[in-house]
Amino acid sequence: MHKVKKTLKKREVPLLAIGAAFSFTIMMFNLPIPGGSSAHAVGAVLLAVLLGPWAASIGVSVALIIQALVFGDGGILAIGANCFNIGVVMPFAGYYVYRWIKGGAGGFSPRAVVAAAIGGYVGLNLAALCTAVEFGLQYHLFQAADGTPLYFMYPLKVAVAAMMTEHLLLAGPVEALVTALGMGFIARTYPELLARDETLSAGRESKGVVLND
Amino acid sequence: MIKRYKKLWVALVVLMLLSPLGLLATGTAFGEWAMDELLQEVGFIPAGLAKFADLWPYSLFPDYTVPGLSAGFLQSAIGYIISAMVGVILVAGVTMLFAKVVKE
Repeated sequence: MHKVKKTLKKREVPLLAIGAAFSFTIMMFNLPIPGGSSAHAVGAVLLAVLLGPWAASIGVSVALIIQALVFGDGGILAIGANCFNIGVVMPFAGYYVYRWIKGGAGGFSPRAVVAAAIGGYVGLNLAALCTAVEFGLQYHLFQAADGTPLYFMYPLKVAVAAMMTEHLLLAGPVEALVTALGMGFIARTYPELLARDETLSAGRESKGVVLND
Repeated sequence: MIKRYKKLWVALVVLMLLSPLGLLATGTAFGEWAMDELLQEVGFIPAGLAKFADLWPYSLFPDYTVPGLSAGFLQSAIGYIISAMVGVILVAGVTMLFAKVVKE
């Protein structure tokens, strides 16, 4: 909370609200997976790039909680796990990949857009991996007295293989595309939003210099 | 809030209107199977899941379906868009309130 207070400017509050609503809507676009499954993109890394990872965590978590409470999607008992995987792991991992690849490039440069897209790809897949591991561990940890699984019916290997195939091959590239298109749209409509990132990093760098002295 | 970021809202409304595309993927996400799907797939319902299945019967639009609007694709699509609108208003509203409280 403290970090959000520090990193999110007051005038960006409505933007976070729109971003959370955007993430909610993006998650409604189920992608068909051959073999009768489905997956979806999230948009969490786009939010992290625009508003910082702390604010993105809040926005995506609100979207996930409303999904569970109002639309029975994801599940009440899974809210915690979902918020951790999709609401925390994803924006933070994606954001740091983005910063790392972007380096000193400008907020709109092709390099920054590619960095954000790769951040989206990595972030979504890490979230999927966490989810798969949580699924699989339930199979190994919780079994009824008669040996039947209490909650999850496939072993870790199966869960990881299934989740990662669909997210590495399909949902990941779609997330990268959504992130890049989102950056492009913001660049055209509200370029000042990406400039914020510049001032933030400039602030951090100058602080770094002071510390090094 | 609406005027300042009008173009973002327009984009969001376009996405909401396109959202029924998400209905074309009929499969359930891995690990999010319903009880009847589990029964079909593995032949039994894990005891722990059965216990908690009815924990939350209060969903307004379960599975993004508006009661009375579930016959055929067109009705489902309209229900899906209504769900998107309600969801967007709730998510944006709650985030706004929350962020405002944090910033105060």
